[in-house]
Amino acid sequence: MIKPILIATSAVAVLAAGAFAVYAYYPEIDEVTVESHGDFDAESVERGRILAAAGYCATCHTADDGQPWAGNYPMATGFGTLYSTNISPDPDSGIGNWSAQAFRRAMHEGVDREGRHLFPGFPYNHFTLMSDEDVDDIYAYIMSEVPPVASTQKENEIPFPLNQRILQAGWKMLFVDTGRFESSPEMSEQWNRGAYLVEGVTHCAACHTPRNALGAEIESASFDGAAIDRWVAPALNEKNSAAIRWTASDYSDYLKTGGTRAHGVAAGPMGPVVHAGLRELPDSDLQAIGLYLSDLTGESSTDGSPEENTDDIIAASLASGRPEKTYRQDQGEQLYLTACASCHYNGEQIELGRPDLGVNSATRMQEPDNLIQVILHGVGNEEGLPGIVMPGFASALSDQEVASIASYLRRTRTDKSEWPNLADAVSTLRTH
Amino acid sequence: MINFRINGRDVSIDAEPSTPLLWAIRDEIGLTGTKFGCGIGMCGACTVHVGGRATRSCITPLSAIEGTDITTIEGLNSDGQHPVQIAWNDLRVPQCGYCQSGQIMQAAALLKDIPDPSDEDIDAVMTGNLCRCMTYPRIRSAVRQAAAANKETISE
Repeated sequence: MIKPILIATSAVAVLAAGAFAVYAYYPEIDEVTVESHGDFDAESVERGRILAAAGYCATCHTADDGQPWAGNYPMATGFGTLYSTNISPDPDSGIGNWSAQAFRRAMHEGVDREGRHLFPGFPYNHFTLMSDEDVDDIYAYIMSEVPPVASTQKENEIPFPLNQRILQAGWKMLFVDTGRFESSPEMSEQWNRGAYLVEGVTHCAACHTPRNALGAEIESASFDGAAIDRWVAPALNEKNSAAIRWTASDYSDYLKTGGTRAHGVAAGPMGPVVHAGLRELPDSDLQAIGLYLSDLTGESSTDGSPEENTDDIIAASLASGRPEKTYRQDQGEQLYLTACASCHYNGEQIELGRPDLGVNSATRMQEPDNLIQVILHGVGNEEGLPGIVMPGFASALSDQEVASIASYLRRTRTDKSEWPNLADAVSTLRTH
Repeated sequence: MINFRINGRDVSIDAEPSTPLLWAIRDEIGLTGTKFGCGIGMCGACTVHVGGRATRSCITPLSAIEGTDITTIEGLNSDGQHPVQIAWNDLRVPQCGYCQSGQIMQAAALLKDIPDPSDEDIDAVMTGNLCRCMTYPRIRSAVRQAAAANKETISE
């Protein structure tokens, strides 16, 4: 009696394993020679340049001390460090011997030329939405404009068995829907264009959506905001903590210039997203992205027209920044007035480049990390608004002093609850 | 090499990226009007303009200012006749003088962003520029005078 059950169970297991192997199997795609690519259409190459910038490919495919596009950029994941690969057109180290078909399969299905499953540090779950034409344009750009670089690939530091690429097929089965973008006919053409870019090539959700225990974006928490590289990517949906609601033009201005008058600037991991990336897009695309993102963020929860609310909120922020007769009772306030107010104080109106901290996202978020990062490490010319910099105070202020400034701003400029254990947080973020 | 503009001319500095801007201004470029005070961005003596904004040069590393446009006290006005400098001269603001180039650069930046400042505004923005000789009342008066002079120039 037991024997038939055993046989049946084993048979099911073997069939399932067989079915999985069939599902997981991708054939190798034949090598091509660099010469065989021929000349690419100049317009396709230029479109590819812009799309590659909008996807900031080179940002993650370039190590700090390495050649552009040559990979080895470390990505810290919950499972260990992944190193990005060389995607320059070098035939040995890079993707020079990949056909357009192989490149398309990698972008759309997360499988390399040889048929190996790629780790999802490469956000093919977004690139799968991109049209064949757009992917081909990026291919044309890489093959014709990116200089080939020979390099030695670093080994990923992912422990067994998670480093087994066959298992990525299972991960894909659970978490990835491959397939091109489908527009929503009830929405405008501009909205659909924004959705196509945001969900596809610019892969905003890869940083702005929290991930589950297996490292996949949590669909039900889409754009809720998430920790990234010891910064926090803010929520882009209704959970966004900005005092003044982000409008479509706020988003498009921010992505073009690196900052807006009444919000934060693009610093930390967001710096290259703007300055090495999205700003290359034509204004019409940035406006489409702005429209889509502002739709995600939704209407302000406060009453009254957005304009009236904005004026009231700015007036309140400015008023809370005025020194009182009793000022300088508090260490945080003393330090703020000495070290910060000369640039952050505003008169009748907020000046672009004088961020008013009562409306700045960094003072309002649930985590103090972004505010502390900027106080400690400043904002260089490659971040934020061009031409304007902020020095970091890491060597000037102790953990406790930085904490006192953050605590003072949180208490006096926002209606949010106090940040706990600030000095510990400063200490952790100080080792940059 | 770190490249930027200072007082309208292009310069390239061959120094460690972590070198403070103040070091480059004084020791490499040889403009000594900008002073070293506390070295931790807390006294304002080293204030220069980066992109028109008052910036403490002693804690700003060269790595942060690649490609920016910098103005020091020497470049504020070629004849030393910026409205703030005129007011400083008229009211004889400096005493020992050490902090004053920083004070003047901070005041000029203040008037650019807030052309008609109240005393509150002046106090809030100028508080980060310390003066051990306690010339603060004259600083405040001179800022007011420079603001008024600017206004007259505009209405003329």
